[in-house]
Amino acid sequence: MIRKIGIPLLLALALIAPWVGFYPVFLMKALCFALFACAFNLLIGYVGLLSFGHAMFFGGAAYATAHMVKVWGVPTEIGILGGAAVGAVMGLIVGSVAIRRQGIYFAMVTLALAQMVFFFALQAKFTGGEDGIQAVPRRPLFGLIDISSDINLYYVVLAIFLAAFLLIYRTIHSPFGQVLKAIRENEARAISLGYKVDQYKLMAFVLSAALSGLAGGTKSIVFQLASLTDVQWQMSGEVVLMTLVGGIGTIFGPVVGAFVIVTMQNYLAQIGEWVLVVQGIIFVVIVLAFRRGIVGEIAAYWARFARPARH
Amino acid sequence: MFELLGVPPQALFGQLLLGLINGAFYAMLSLGLAVIFGMLNVINFTHGAQYMMGAFCAWMLLKFLGLNYWFALILAPIIIGAFGILLERLFLRRLYNLDHLYGLLLTFGLSLIIEGVFRNQFGSTGQPYDNPLPGGQNLGFMFLPYYRAWVVVASLLVCLATWFVIERTRLGAYLRAATENPTLVQAFGINVPRMIMLTYGFGVGLAGLAGVLAAPIYQVSPLMGSNLIIIVFAVVVIGGMGSILGSVITGFALGVVEGLTKVFYPEASSTVIFVIMAIVLLVRPAGLFGQTR
Amino acid sequence: MKKTLALATGLAAALGLGQAAAQVSDDVVKIGVLNDQSGLYADITGQGSVLAARMAAEDFGGSVLGKKIEIVFGDHQNKPDVGSNIARQWLDVDKVDAIADVPTSSVALAIQEITKTKNRVFLISGAASSDLTGKACSPTGFHWTYDTYMLANGTGGALVKAGGDSWFFLTSDYAFGHALERDTGAAVTAAKGKVVGQVRHPLNTSDFSSFLLQAQASKAKIIGLANAGGDTINSIKQAAEFGIVAGGQRLAGLLVFITDVHSLGLKTAQGLVVTESFYWDLNDETRAWSKNFMAKHGGKAPTMVHAGVYSAVKHYLTAIKEAGTDEAGKVAEKMRQMPVNDFMTKNGQIRQDGRVMRDAYLLQVKKPEESKGPWDYYKVLSTIPAKDAFRPIEQSECPLVKKS
Repeated sequence: MIRKIGIPLLLALALIAPWVGFYPVFLMKALCFALFACAFNLLIGYVGLLSFGHAMFFGGAAYATAHMVKVWGVPTEIGILGGAAVGAVMGLIVGSVAIRRQGIYFAMVTLALAQMVFFFALQAKFTGGEDGIQAVPRRPLFGLIDISSDINLYYVVLAIFLAAFLLIYRTIHSPFGQVLKAIRENEARAISLGYKVDQYKLMAFVLSAALSGLAGGTKSIVFQLASLTDVQWQMSGEVVLMTLVGGIGTIFGPVVGAFVIVTMQNYLAQIGEWVLVVQGIIFVVIVLAFRRGIVGEIAAYWARFARPARH
Repeated sequence: MFELLGVPPQALFGQLLLGLINGAFYAMLSLGLAVIFGMLNVINFTHGAQYMMGAFCAWMLLKFLGLNYWFALILAPIIIGAFGILLERLFLRRLYNLDHLYGLLLTFGLSLIIEGVFRNQFGSTGQPYDNPLPGGQNLGFMFLPYYRAWVVVASLLVCLATWFVIERTRLGAYLRAATENPTLVQAFGINVPRMIMLTYGFGVGLAGLAGVLAAPIYQVSPLMGSNLIIIVFAVVVIGGMGSILGSVITGFALGVVEGLTKVFYPEASSTVIFVIMAIVLLVRPAGLFGQTR
Repeated sequence: MKKTLALATGLAAALGLGQAAAQVSDDVVKIGVLNDQSGLYADITGQGSVLAARMAAEDFGGSVLGKKIEIVFGDHQNKPDVGSNIARQWLDVDKVDAIADVPTSSVALAIQEITKTKNRVFLISGAASSDLTGKACSPTGFHWTYDTYMLANGTGGALVKAGGDSWFFLTSDYAFGHALERDTGAAVTAAKGKVVGQVRHPLNTSDFSSFLLQAQASKAKIIGLANAGGDTINSIKQAAEFGIVAGGQRLAGLLVFITDVHSLGLKTAQGLVVTESFYWDLNDETRAWSKNFMAKHGGKAPTMVHAGVYSAVKHYLTAIKEAGTDEAGKVAEKMRQMPVNDFMTKNGQIRQDGRVMRDAYLLQVKKPEESKGPWDYYKVLSTIPAKDAFRPIEQSECPLVKKS
């Protein structure tokens, strides 16, 4: 029911959004973070792994894309895909180390490796230190589509987001996704059923890293900038917050969460330092009272509401 | 310029000593974290903010009540500890039977709130706090300020006392038993929730104490804790989550390692701890001193 | 460059945003103060800059060419992406005509790029990098208050002349620190001094004892602090603890503001030599303005950045009045033609590369017993004339200069 009406409605809204007063750069930022949060949610929501270092894929890819497009002069589309590829490679390396650990330790290994990536970003020449890589050109996509206008770029970003979102959706509902959920629920059982759990985990990790990279690369084109902020541990914390707010393990949760947080950061900029306090309060309230997140709570409410009707 | 191998042994000795002094802070902070994790199974992200509050508490006691450093050394940890107990009663208590991750997220949120409020109230540049023990002794190979010597001694005493209480006394035995099987301990007529609450207060008080010790050396600023907390986390993980002795030894050892890095490759001094952490976790997932469960 | 500019204006016109024909676009002159409201530089810039901009607007009568002047502000958290996000929104949606202040070089460089492509005026006061009038210069970007070249040359050159001919640098390990170290090193060598070594520490280090010990062992006469904010404060505080100043070495803070001195206390900071382009207690005019400022800013003295924001906003508004329009190109042209004159600037000239030429002051922090009242912190050692304080235009890498 919801799917039949809700999804076309959302799509229509996304298509007309820049024409009804929504600022395209804001929308693009929110979409990039929504994609990032979805990628992150793939791990925590469907495999049960909390990564506290996802910023390394996001930021690493942002740097890669920015460098490729600005210095090497590669076409924009190759640059973004290249960013995703860099994310995937990093994910393969980090993943093969990290998935051997669980729970808190997994979080800590990813945090440690992310700190090293941060150090590399700070020290390496091509990243430009704290200035970052600035003034990344927005060259026409496929040599045809002019993306120097924000409106045009918005539709490109929307297309990237939808494609990635569809990929995540398909993955979750594929046999592969079912195995992931089995691992989350009971790892020992999945092993005894003959699944090579580590391989599944690694594949999910690489996919999540690659999509985070896609988000990071796209972001660096939108803002024409890749900077240390993208690889800092606070960024890893932010994506956790987005996913938590929207609802861990729900399909639309991370998208909602990303929009909520980005909106907050954008429109509360006037209150300056209080933004962080408000974020903190949201964290506390959600952990204490709404652990399922916005989408999770709504779904639970809906289920409670709908069940008697079905009987 | 320093040459890599041309560091005179005297200078090296000085750096080792400085490393030990920094290690004293790591040890005290990670001790508090380890006690809290060991007893409550909560990763206390608020620890950095509570350390900062300790320093501010000392500053406020001086500024508004005229109480000097030595009073603050006793009063501030009690005040901060009481604040910790309040947090435990209001928030943490509700999360004990959930995944550890929720405790981490909750305390992360709390630390954002506390730091934001302090920033808003006191600005970010920080406040000055006078050194109560000015001067120092020239040891030949380096100039050792009296205050730094005092920090090491104080930290060692506190760490040893804590270890003794938890590992060697009856109270400590109850505590350890309560973490293994709270229901059984409760059945013996011991008020477990109150014990856990006081333990959290104690761990937080340790952070406050470290903050007071830090006030005369570092600038008393709202950001002082957030810069440190991630490193202290790494120390706890390397030492083994929840291991009291492990966190103390690792704290001091990593201070020394960091000190040496500052001589040979200073740019990496903030990263070296994470390199060690990654290696240790791969070789010994439970940390150097932790037992695998 | 020109092509992008034309493209941008064309685009803006197509969207109905910028109408070159109108006198004042959107019937309001809106100035956005973008800076650090909550972080390391909040005391140096922050609400003080917003206040300074508001004071400038009030002193101008609150309106120009019959249109209201409005001041808005935002917090960029010292992050280039946050800053550029706010700036884009201001320029695209919120009808902001000029952006002012913007500390932290990385953010300022990003904003310079945006204001250049979108053809708006950028009044830089808080940022330090001399690249803003070098490689990254803009026809509508003005660097108002100070820059790394001034800091390096002022402090570096003067101290060598005063006998401090061997230097050791304590450098914050990021681009700004490196630039400051490089420029100061060059100034020291040019004045026939010698750099005996340096050590680089990570950003936001809390313990400097190890680095200070290395500086002590170098036996250099001057320890140059090529860092900023909390790092500088902590290194000065700990240098006092380790008896470095008592041992005969001197500290040179390359980027120290009066609020930093306040935060350190005179006891710790005494003897420190710094370069600033403004001090509240210079003459009757600066005292009068500062008294007014302090009354509205909780008794806190203005930094040179605050004074610079006032000066820049005032000059910008005057230029709009003279030019009869708020179109950025014309206003920028007018701004360059008119000399800058206010309480902090006497006959300041704006160069082709956007550099505002003004005098700088070499200052020394007073001993506690010399200080007669709150915020009485500096004594003036010497005045550095504008032509010596800033990079000669012949050396500029700014493409605008080469063209002319």
